[in-house]
Amino acid sequence: MTKFAGLGGRLYRGETSIDFIGKRRRWYAFSGILIIASALALSIQGLHLGIEFKGGSAFTVTKTAITVADARSAIDTVKIPGEIIVQKIGTNKVRIQTSALSNELSNQVQDALSAKFGVSVDSIDTQTVGPSWGKEITKKAFYGLIGFLVVVLLYLAMAFEPKMAIAAIISVIHDLFITVGIYALVGFDVTPATVIGFLTILGYSLYDTVVVFDKVRENTRTITSTSRMTYSQAANLAVNQTLVRSINTSIIALLPVASILFVGAGLLGAGTLKDLSLALFIGLATGTYSSIFIATPILAVLREQEPAMQALAKRVAARNAAPAVAVKSLDSTTAVTVSGKIQKRGPRNQPKKKGRR
Amino acid sequence: MSTSSQSRNAKTSSRPGRSLAILLLVLVALLSAVFIQGATSVKLGLDLRGGTSVTLQPRIATGSTGQVTSAAIDQAVAIIRQRVNSLGVAESEVTAQGSGTNRQIVISVPGAAGRRVVELVGQTAELRFRQVLVSGAPGATPTTGSTATPPTGVSAELNAKFAALDCTKASNLQGAGTDSPTDTIVACDQKGTGKYILAPAEVLGLDISKASAALNQSTGSGWFVVLDFTNEGTKKFAALTTRVTTLAAPQNEVAIVLDGLVVSAPRINEAITAGSAEITGSFTQSDATDLANVLKYGALPLAFDRGEVQQVSPTLGADQLHGGLLAGFIGLFLVLLYSLLYYRGLGVVSVGSLFVAGVLAYLLILLLGEWIGFTLTLAGIAGVIVAIGITADSFIVYFERIRDEVREGRSLRSAVETGWHRARRTIIVADFVSIIAAALLYIFAVGGVRGFAFTLGLTTLIDLFVVFIFTKPLLTVLARLHFYSSGHPLSGFSPQSLGIVTTISKEA
Repeated sequence: MTKFAGLGGRLYRGETSIDFIGKRRRWYAFSGILIIASALALSIQGLHLGIEFKGGSAFTVTKTAITVADARSAIDTVKIPGEIIVQKIGTNKVRIQTSALSNELSNQVQDALSAKFGVSVDSIDTQTVGPSWGKEITKKAFYGLIGFLVVVLLYLAMAFEPKMAIAAIISVIHDLFITVGIYALVGFDVTPATVIGFLTILGYSLYDTVVVFDKVRENTRTITSTSRMTYSQAANLAVNQTLVRSINTSIIALLPVASILFVGAGLLGAGTLKDLSLALFIGLATGTYSSIFIATPILAVLREQEPAMQALAKRVAARNAAPAVAVKSLDSTTAVTVSGKIQKRGPRNQPKKKGRR
Repeated sequence: MSTSSQSRNAKTSSRPGRSLAILLLVLVALLSAVFIQGATSVKLGLDLRGGTSVTLQPRIATGSTGQVTSAAIDQAVAIIRQRVNSLGVAESEVTAQGSGTNRQIVISVPGAAGRRVVELVGQTAELRFRQVLVSGAPGATPTTGSTATPPTGVSAELNAKFAALDCTKASNLQGAGTDSPTDTIVACDQKGTGKYILAPAEVLGLDISKASAALNQSTGSGWFVVLDFTNEGTKKFAALTTRVTTLAAPQNEVAIVLDGLVVSAPRINEAITAGSAEITGSFTQSDATDLANVLKYGALPLAFDRGEVQQVSPTLGADQLHGGLLAGFIGLFLVLLYSLLYYRGLGVVSVGSLFVAGVLAYLLILLLGEWIGFTLTLAGIAGVIVAIGITADSFIVYFERIRDEVREGRSLRSAVETGWHRARRTIIVADFVSIIAAALLYIFAVGGVRGFAFTLGLTTLIDLFVVFIFTKPLLTVLARLHFYSSGHPLSGFSPQSLGIVTTISKEA
């Protein structure tokens, strides 16, 4: 067998095998650290909520060579309660964020900015969100999340197996928690667009997991009758077999998201596109990671506790301990059990070559 | 690879011609629908074209008790719509979003009418009963002709204002709750068919306890409205009717004024002291029901919390539109480039499928704009862009499956079929999860989030359709071509790119 041919082919036949399930403690530990870091970030720093959630007003003025200082001096002429944040966006925009203003105060701010910068009132982009409204939005987002998890859990339990559904949901929660943690840690603004992003990640992360689990199910369908490999080994082979697919689907999904992020953050400065794509970008990355490193190992551990699977594991162990004669009939699948190593290297074990190269 | 497997699979392979014909039929049907509907451009949301949107959360006005009812929200929407229409801005929209009594009223007005919209829509609309002092034709009367002596209680100034008032102008029909109950006012008829000078309010909406439309049982025709007052209301209404019933027309009329506009001005035939009145006239059922609803609403006026106000200038709107489109094109380009580089000949299939999906999505968005008033927002564009990836993913799932089958030693034609049977399930399950996500997002979210969920759900459905009706049949056709089946280096099935040298696994 040619060792240097396509990686996809080697992974598919199990010649090159990465031991995802056997080394699960390593991945768990890695995720554990991330989760603890996320929990700490969340409890210490908390999320930086946008005005859509906490209520507030925001004014954006577009003018070439605009400065934060000018905007501040304009806004200081209006008596506004609470904290005022003035930030520059891109090269020619300034965004002023205040507490939720009444219509009168909001008009005064617009007038002051209009007079200071010589722009028309209608060209100032204004947004005001009442505090109770923000609570409403938060509540709805939360219900949406819970509803989503429950419906998907039921659906996957029906379409696959209940244990697959549990493993998938655990990995989704894992993704969500880490993504939210990164937001808390870095202090990115959480806006409704971010929440859309989070929720889409859930869908996407599951998509990835579904693809892997489908292969796991296929590989494990006949394992108890053939007794060639344990559930964990079959599952590990599935992850390896779908690895190229996972990588490709993730890259393909990331490309458009990256382009939104590029345009949103680079050209537009701020707003829906940036918030959405940033959440997606971070989430997609953790989603791909978890479907390979978290979901499948959890599934394997859950299934290995079943008596039938434990019996299978014993039979497989007995088989592997048997003399070399047995190895021959096992063919390439045994390569999985001895991770990384390729058995049967001798010339007699090479298959006959025929046909084209 | 053996020829025997090919002949076996000729039977099992589906008929690609039929699927492709269905696709063509669907495309033609959509295209002709677009032409018939005259849908020429995608309806853009306010964040892309500039404009003002206000989201209002209805609640019971302070001072009254009770529950927000669904009917009251409908009435409030109608009142606000009347106010917004008075601005005369084309394509203004007032809708209630959400379900039941937990609905928000969303007002969107394109263009630069910002401030006036915000001021107009937030006020509580009140219902009041006022005695009619003077009534007249809706048009403005020439000032020289208005020398008629004003009736008692009407100042010369108010008389002049009455003369100048032109109720045929939409801008004078906005209401907006600016009438003070203690003033004598001039007011237009709600439909612009008359104008009035009205005395201070004597009975308020809160004095009504019940209102309903009823049919005259003895004649079987003739709808009327039954109106019941509270204890306090009974006394006030008795005093009002006792006083005016003996006066000459039009001063024996009592105007029902909602939001500063006269809904109806019935003549008082007798003093009503029992606390229950009937308003008769040549009402149709819907006239009577409408009037009853107005009176019911008056009993329980809604106040509005300004949930969210967003004013987007046309410049920013244009910027966001360009940004969104640019992001879409870059994203699409990168996805196409990657598929072509990695999958070579198979990449052509992705390009074609994405193109078909794109055309379908565009036509549907055009049509949905006409059919259900769907507007494309920035979040919606983002949904479409994200869907490019998800759509391309389902192709990859299928391609990798085919390649796996080829690695197993199958011929390409056979692999296209067996691979499809396995990939189909995965694609359906995975897309279904996306659709669940989109549906739940749509149900639970408001505003921009809904736009995202809508386009994501729509494009996922299109993805399923395209994979079944285009991608798979196309591959069945292509697998017959020598270029693909021979494993040409550029076909995506060359032994090198699959990582196989020979087809070993069966023989080993």
